Amino acid sequence: MYRSNILVCGGTGCTSSGSEKIISKLWKEIKIRGLEQEVNVIKTGCFGLCSLGPIMIVYPEGSFYSMVQVDDIAEIVEEHLLKGRVVKRLLYKETLDGEKIKSLNETAFYSKQKRIVLKNCGLINPESIDEYIAMDGYCALGRVLGKMSPRDVIEEIKMSDLRGRGGGGFPTGVKWELTAKSEAEQKYVCCNADEGDPGAFMDRAILEGDPHSVIESMAIAGYAIGANKGFIYVRAEYPIAVKRLNIAIEQARNYGLLGQDIFSSGFNFDIDLRLGAGAFVCGEETALMSSISGKRGEPRPRPPYPAVKGLFDCPTLLNNVETYANIPQIILKGASWFNSIGTEKSKGTKVFALGGKINHTGLVEVPMGTTLREIVEEIGGGIPNGKKFKAAQTGGPSGGCISIENIDIPIDYDNLLSIGSMMGSGGLIVMDQDTCMVDIAKFFLEFTVDESCGKCVPCRIGTKRLLEILNKITSGNGTIEDIDKMEKLCYYIKSNSLCGLGQTAPNPVLSTLKCFRNEYEMHVNKKKCEAGVCKSLLRYEIIEGKCKGCTLCARNCPVSAISGFVGMPHEIDSDKCIKCGICMQKCKFDAIIKH
Amino acid sequence: MKKKISKIPFKNIPDKEEKLTETISKHKNTPGALMLILQEAQDIYGYLPEEVQKRIARELNIDLEEVYGVSTFYSQFSLVPKGEYNISVCMGTACYVKGASKILDKLTDKLGIGPEECTEDGKFSLTACRCIGACGLAPVMTINGEVYGRLKPSDIDVILEKYK
Repeated sequence: MYRSNILVCGGTGCTSSGSEKIISKLWKEIKIRGLEQEVNVIKTGCFGLCSLGPIMIVYPEGSFYSMVQVDDIAEIVEEHLLKGRVVKRLLYKETLDGEKIKSLNETAFYSKQKRIVLKNCGLINPESIDEYIAMDGYCALGRVLGKMSPRDVIEEIKMSDLRGRGGGGFPTGVKWELTAKSEAEQKYVCCNADEGDPGAFMDRAILEGDPHSVIESMAIAGYAIGANKGFIYVRAEYPIAVKRLNIAIEQARNYGLLGQDIFSSGFNFDIDLRLGAGAFVCGEETALMSSISGKRGEPRPRPPYPAVKGLFDCPTLLNNVETYANIPQIILKGASWFNSIGTEKSKGTKVFALGGKINHTGLVEVPMGTTLREIVEEIGGGIPNGKKFKAAQTGGPSGGCISIENIDIPIDYDNLLSIGSMMGSGGLIVMDQDTCMVDIAKFFLEFTVDESCGKCVPCRIGTKRLLEILNKITSGNGTIEDIDKMEKLCYYIKSNSLCGLGQTAPNPVLSTLKCFRNEYEMHVNKKKCEAGVCKSLLRYEIIEGKCKGCTLCARNCPVSAISGFVGMPHEIDSDKCIKCGICMQKCKFDAIIKH
Repeated sequence: MKKKISKIPFKNIPDKEEKLTETISKHKNTPGALMLILQEAQDIYGYLPEEVQKRIARELNIDLEEVYGVSTFYSQFSLVPKGEYNISVCMGTACYVKGASKILDKLTDKLGIGPEECTEDGKFSLTACRCIGACGLAPVMTINGEVYGRLKPSDIDVILEKYK
C-alpha cells in the first residue's frame, strides 16, 4: 500500500508534451527523499484534457496538476508529497475555488461528461492486466462463458440498441446475429482500429488507455458468433497503442484469458495484430480485410457482406474500437441500463475528439443527445481570443459541418444526417471566423483525391475534377456556373461510387455549400475571401493616414514589394507582393490591412 | 497517391540483408505475409529499394508487380531514402486549421526541398504526414519521432539549428 499515488498521463498528447521526462524526474526526486515505499507513480492512459498536458493527478487528495514542467517536480515532491502542502500555483485553475480545491468532476470540462467507454482511461495503468481486472475487467467474459449461451449474448447486445461507433451507425447486435447465422468451419472477429479520419483520436485513446477492454470484448464476440481467431487492424502511426496492445495480448495469454479453453469452458480464442500502412480507404470493411490479407486495400462491391464472406473468404465480424469498448459494460450492467442513456434512436454515449479553434482541445465522452453548444461552450471552454464560432466539422472527410443555426440540435446519428453532416467516428473540429469554408472543403477534397484507391471511376476522376473546380474558385477564377456544375458532380459521385469513401467524399463540399453558399459566391462574384485565407484573393494595403513612414515594413518585406521615403506613407506593389503577411505583423501603427 | 522513386543507387549492407532474410523466413507462411514483410523491410532499410522488393517477390514466389502494387498503395511505404533527420509535418484537420501549411512552407523555404524529398547532403527529409493524433498540441511536427507542438513559423529556425 502506498500513502500517495501519482497518476501521470501517458497518452500520445501528454507524451508529446513531455510526460516521460516528468515520470523519470518524479522517481528521481522521490528516491532522493526516500519516499519510494510510500509514494507510487503510475503511467495511465489519456485524461482527456490534452491541451493542458502534461497532466498529473495526486491521490488520495485528487489534486490535478496541469502543464507540469520538469522544473516543477522537485517542488511538488518536496511540498506536496513530503510536507503535505498542495502546490496551488500549479493546480488546474478551474479546480481552485478561492481557498477551496474542487474535485475534477466538478469542473466544466468533466461535469457534463459521462464516461462509459473511457471509464478506465486516466485511472489505471494500461500495461497492467491486474489493474484492469481490479476494475471488473474480464468479469463480462467470465459471465458470458459461464452463464450465457451465444444466443443470449446476441439478444443482450440487440436489446441494448448499441449502434456501430465507426460512423455508419449500423445496429451492432444485428451484425453479430448475421455473422452468427453464417455457417462455416472458420470465422473471424476483426477490430477496426484504422482511425484514418484526420483530427480524430478516440480509438487511439481507448487502445492506449484501456486496451484490455477491446480484447475482452473481441473474445465475447468470438464466443457469440462462433469464431476462434481475431485480428486487430491498427494504424502504424500509433506506436504507443501498438506497444500497449502487444503487452495486453501477451498478458491475457499468460493469464489464460486468451488461448485454449478459456475459463475451463472449452472455448478457444486468440488475437493477432496487423498494422495498417496509412491508407484511409482501409477503414472501409472490405478494403480493411483485403489489407489484412496482405493485398492492396481496395474495396469490393457488396454483397456478399463480410458476415457471409469476409476475411480469407470466411464469415467475419468487424466492429470498431469504441463499439467493442461498450460491450463488457453492457454485459455487466445489462441492456436496459445502457439503453436508458441517450436519445430515442441513439443509445449510450459518444466519444468526441475536440480540436481546432477551441480552448480545451482533448477527448470528451458525452451522452447521445448532448448539444453542440454544450460541447463547445461548456465542456470545450469556448473559442480562444474572443473569436466567434463559425462552424464545427464532424465526420472528417466523409462528414460535413454544423453551422451556428444548428448549434442547439441534440447530437445523435439521425439528427446529424438530417442537417447534412454525419456522426463519423467522432472527430469534432471547431472553426472560428478566421476559417474559410471553401478552403476547408478544398482541404478535405485534397485528402480524398490523395486517398482514393483508384478502383472506380466516379471516385478517382470525379473527386479530382471537383478539386480542380475548387482550386479555380479559391484562386479567383471561378464563375457562378462552376458552383452549379460542382453541385451536380457531387451528386453524381455520391450515387455512383463503389464504396463509402467515394459515396461520402463530396459531403464536405455539399454541406459547406448548404450552410455557406454566400462564401462561395463571394469568392466567385467579388473575388473576395472574407476570412483572409485564400492567398490569391488577398490584398495587403497601407492606410495612408496611419503610416508614419518608419520603413520597418519595407525593410522586412522578403520580395521588396514595399516602397516609400522615410517619414512618408509607403505603398505596396500588389504585383510583387507574395502575401506572406510579414509587413502586417511588423507594423507598429496598425497601418496595414488585408482584405 | 503518386510515389517518388529513388534515383540514388542502392547500397547493400550484409547486416541488413541478414535481417531481411530472418524477416522473410519468419513470416513466409503467415497468411497476409507481404504487408508484414514490407513493413519490417522498411524498418531495416529506412525505405523500400527496388532490389529489396525484387528479392521479396522472388522469395514469396509472387510477381514483382504485386509487390510494387502494394508498396505504392500505402502512404507509409517510401520508395526514396529518408534523410538523417526526417521531419514530418502533421497535416491532420486540427493542425491544418491552426496553420500547418505555414509551417510546411517555412520548412520548404529553409531547406529548399518539398514534401517527400531529401536534401542533397542527406541530412534532412521532409514529409507531409497524416494525422498523428496529437491534436491538442496543433500544429505539430516530429523530427525522428521527437514531437514539437504549438508551432509558429518563427520557431522553425531555432528548432532546425539543433540538428545542424
